[in-house]
Amino acid sequence: MEPTLKFFSGFAPNDLWFMGEAALRTLWISVLSISLGTVLGTLFGWMLYEGRRAATLTLAPVLDVFRSVPLIIQLVLFYNFAPIVGLNLDPFASGTVILTVYTAALVANVARGGIEAVGAPMRRAARSLGLSYWQDLRHVVLPIGGRAVFPSWVGVALGVMKDSALVSVLGYVELLKASQILITRTQEPFLILALAGAFYFALSYPVSRYATHLENRWAQ
Amino acid sequence: MFDYNFHWRPVMKSLPDLLEAASLTLQVAVLAMVLGIVIGLCLALARLHLRGPVYWFATAWVELARNTPALFQLFFFGFGLGAFGLHLSPYLIVLAGLTFNCAGYLAENFRGGFKAVPETQIRASRSLGMTPWQAYSRVVIPQVFRIVYHPITNQMVWAVLMSSLGMLVGFRELSGETQFFASRTFRIFEYFAVTAVIYYAIVKVILLSSRLMAARLFRY
Repeated sequence: MEPTLKFFSGFAPNDLWFMGEAALRTLWISVLSISLGTVLGTLFGWMLYEGRRAATLTLAPVLDVFRSVPLIIQLVLFYNFAPIVGLNLDPFASGTVILTVYTAALVANVARGGIEAVGAPMRRAARSLGLSYWQDLRHVVLPIGGRAVFPSWVGVALGVMKDSALVSVLGYVELLKASQILITRTQEPFLILALAGAFYFALSYPVSRYATHLENRWAQ
Repeated sequence: MFDYNFHWRPVMKSLPDLLEAASLTLQVAVLAMVLGIVIGLCLALARLHLRGPVYWFATAWVELARNTPALFQLFFFGFGLGAFGLHLSPYLIVLAGLTFNCAGYLAENFRGGFKAVPETQIRASRSLGMTPWQAYSRVVIPQVFRIVYHPITNQMVWAVLMSSLGMLVGFRELSGETQFFASRTFRIFEYFAVTAVIYYAIVKVILLSSRLMAARLFRY
């Protein structure tokens, strides 16, 4: 008699739908934490630049911790720490918080480098033309310094996009977690991993190529 | 709000095991870096001087390593190769994944380093009677080494942090061991907090020793 129940079933078209949905979730958590982290990180970078001693003594060591501890450990720690202080966060919220802070820690250095890249004479010139401090930041430092560090910022953003795969340890079903689920069911690891890899590659490669292109063009 | 009792005793009792696992982390990271430097050097030279299939192979390696998540690469060596009947041990999965990733990133650093040494120097040393090998080992390599020294240090730090992904493929290095103990005692936060401190210490020791070595190496 033919067995009617099978443990494994092949890769079906609506599994592609499942993976596409998971890919959108990867995209969503990355975009959210990269944008929040960039804003926060730029603020931190400015603080590190302006508030010299106070910031180097307080802010810099804290940001340093986020850069020196594996992201996966940070995620597990925060996910288990939040309930202790009475916060009940779902995996998505915890992942977003940690990814945001992690991005901010990386962007802070980039942003400080950007502000430092604008020469003091240029800023003095801007101020003596009558620009206020904020006008100087907005119209001189942002376009020039931003351009100088744009490639490193792209590097950070792509890094965070790839690292968002780690949120799967908390149980958030993003692309890599979805692939793992499908692999368990279909037992076709190669095909599914190739699909997942192709998605990350298709997202990351053009952006990094474009950043290199811009860098070369601006360098001239 | 704060009705959680911290229990640090079980963590302290398993601290020797954690430190032993930390040495395993360091071991796999150092091994991956050594292999990564050798392979990365070959990839960089292949991309600079060769044409044809070798060039494309090197380029594909570098772009894949840089544009997909490290976790994906580990999964690929873990499950993906299983599709071809090749089952690696967790140690080998992590080692292969880290080496693949480090080689890709280092290759780009090396390529930048080689490009920064003007070609006229090679011609000058050749016309002074040096063999090609002498020109490379006495003129080019020392300068390239200076340029890539800090990127190598950074990559070493990344290798240590990345090895924490071993936890997800069943490798009992520092993170895997921590998870093992944490799931046995349910003191998840305490265990991972201690692990975070250990990682932080490892990273700081690497950075400090790199700085001391740089002071001795680059005196002139």
